[in-house]
Amino acid sequence: MAVRLTVQLAAMTTAILLVVGTPVAWWLARSKAWYKEAVAAVVALPLVLPPTVLGFYLLIALGPSGPGGALASLWGARTLAFTFEGLVIGSVVYSLPFVVQPIRNAFEAMGERPLEVASTLRASPWRAFWTVAVPLARPGFLTGAVLGFAHTVGEFGVVLMIGGNIPGETKVLSVAIYDFVETLRWREANIVAAGMVVFAFAVILAMALIEKRMRRVGK
Amino acid sequence: MSGGPGIEVALAGSLGGFRLDARFVAPAKGITALFGPSGCGKTSVLRCIAGLQRLDGTCRVAGETWQDGRVFLPPHRRAVGYVFQEASLFPHMSVRGNLLYSSRGRVLPAAPGRIGFDEAVDLLGLGRLMERATHNLSGGERQRVAVGRALLSQPRLLLMDEPLSALDRQTRDEILPFLERLHDTLEIPAVYVTHDISEVERLADHLVLMRSGRVEAAGPLGDIQADTALPLARQRDAAVSLEAVVAGYDGRYGLVRLEVEGGSFLVPSPTGHPEGTRARLRIGAGEVSLAREAPRSTSILNLVPARIRSARPIDDREMILVLGLGAEGGGATLLARVTRMSWDHLGLEPGMAVVAQVKSAALSLR
Repeated sequence: MAVRLTVQLAAMTTAILLVVGTPVAWWLARSKAWYKEAVAAVVALPLVLPPTVLGFYLLIALGPSGPGGALASLWGARTLAFTFEGLVIGSVVYSLPFVVQPIRNAFEAMGERPLEVASTLRASPWRAFWTVAVPLARPGFLTGAVLGFAHTVGEFGVVLMIGGNIPGETKVLSVAIYDFVETLRWREANIVAAGMVVFAFAVILAMALIEKRMRRVGK
Repeated sequence: MSGGPGIEVALAGSLGGFRLDARFVAPAKGITALFGPSGCGKTSVLRCIAGLQRLDGTCRVAGETWQDGRVFLPPHRRAVGYVFQEASLFPHMSVRGNLLYSSRGRVLPAAPGRIGFDEAVDLLGLGRLMERATHNLSGGERQRVAVGRALLSQPRLLLMDEPLSALDRQTRDEILPFLERLHDTLEIPAVYVTHDISEVERLADHLVLMRSGRVEAAGPLGDIQADTALPLARQRDAAVSLEAVVAGYDGRYGLVRLEVEGGSFLVPSPTGHPEGTRARLRIGAGEVSLAREAPRSTSILNLVPARIRSARPIDDREMILVLGLGAEGGGATLLARVTRMSWDHLGLEPGMAVVAQVKSAALSLR
């Protein structure tokens, strides 16, 4: 059950991150605004902050007196904290830099030229984005998606702060391991932990291989 | 040259600390070369015409206002075809995908006022490349695809930014014939940026000379080439480009007879050209010498009566002369570079009838 919940959380988070992160990455790659780097720093905060700090603020934001509580009241709930929805929101914030950064890099590496070419061939900015920028930045999207997914699977501190340990609702794998250890069920903890090691190894290896292949096809 | 509205450019402003002030008009048909040393702002002017960069001013093409005080059309709303210095093909598409990008994958047949797919493929020799990926094309092939891609966007103005400068000598010579064919068939005007005078001589009809952000002179190619007040005519490799018609071929000696206004020239040619075809003949100022009367025995085959229109010293050793072909000097214009010693010894002066001597072996027909 914890496995299914974890995969569900990571998949949803990754999907939302691609939708939210792409325009952010696009703006960061192409804007000339002076406050651009400040925005980039805010996006990158979760890289540096202790998960407990992030989790604390998210707990307040999602709780009954925060915006999350107001949102939850729309469907009659009191709070988003300690719910699956709350976990998704928390994961999105926490994993944002892991998705935005590779996509931004890919957009920047592509340069201005392909878009200029597209515009002189009558492509509107919208069409140029979908037919030129996105296909050329594909390796960045792939890296971002894999990193976002893997990172969500591995998060612990934030989940514990805002989700607690509710089976079927917020009890994901990383929390489950903690739980097993607390209750001295070493065998189960060992199985889950070893599974996570294999998963992490597979992700990193797959990413390296895919990137290598794309680089060969790319140029 | 047709009298319809052509290209009208008047742009001024500062680009990254560089002051640009470009004003010129160009005819509605033929190739206009923007010529000048590197860094004189040619490329910026071209980018502004395409809308890729912005300077204050006006830009009107074929009766359509692309920019003035109130209007600024974004690049994708301007009917422009742009060939960049590097081919800049889309790496994620095949040659066909690149060619059909502007028509969203549809193959359009030729129609009046439209360049058809087969026509463009044929003109640029792209037939064999169609399904290839772009990364295993040669430099010359890539640039030909880029030209085809620009043409198939159905432009009303073709812009080319030094399309040959990134290529080696041999590839350049392999592409130039394609561009010459393009020049002969193209119905729309083109602006061609280059710093290589030989490209101007072979392709341009109209010339805009640029120097440090300003237009130094603009006009029909022949007029600018033969204007001795401009630096072009005073350079060592000064030349004129003459429009000629093939009038005959002597297969025994491999010589073509080319008829120009006011005279004719014998030019070596390995293949021979059908009579009546048009050709462009380049005659360098250093290849022309003068005689008061026709010499009786000489190896020089081309002895063409002409009249000295004007003369101007280049330095204290040499002079540059403008000649008009024909007994009355009313024909095509030629440049001749002579020493001041010859000028004095022959007693030459403006208005005088002379014989222009041009070695055939110094000429070539492409």
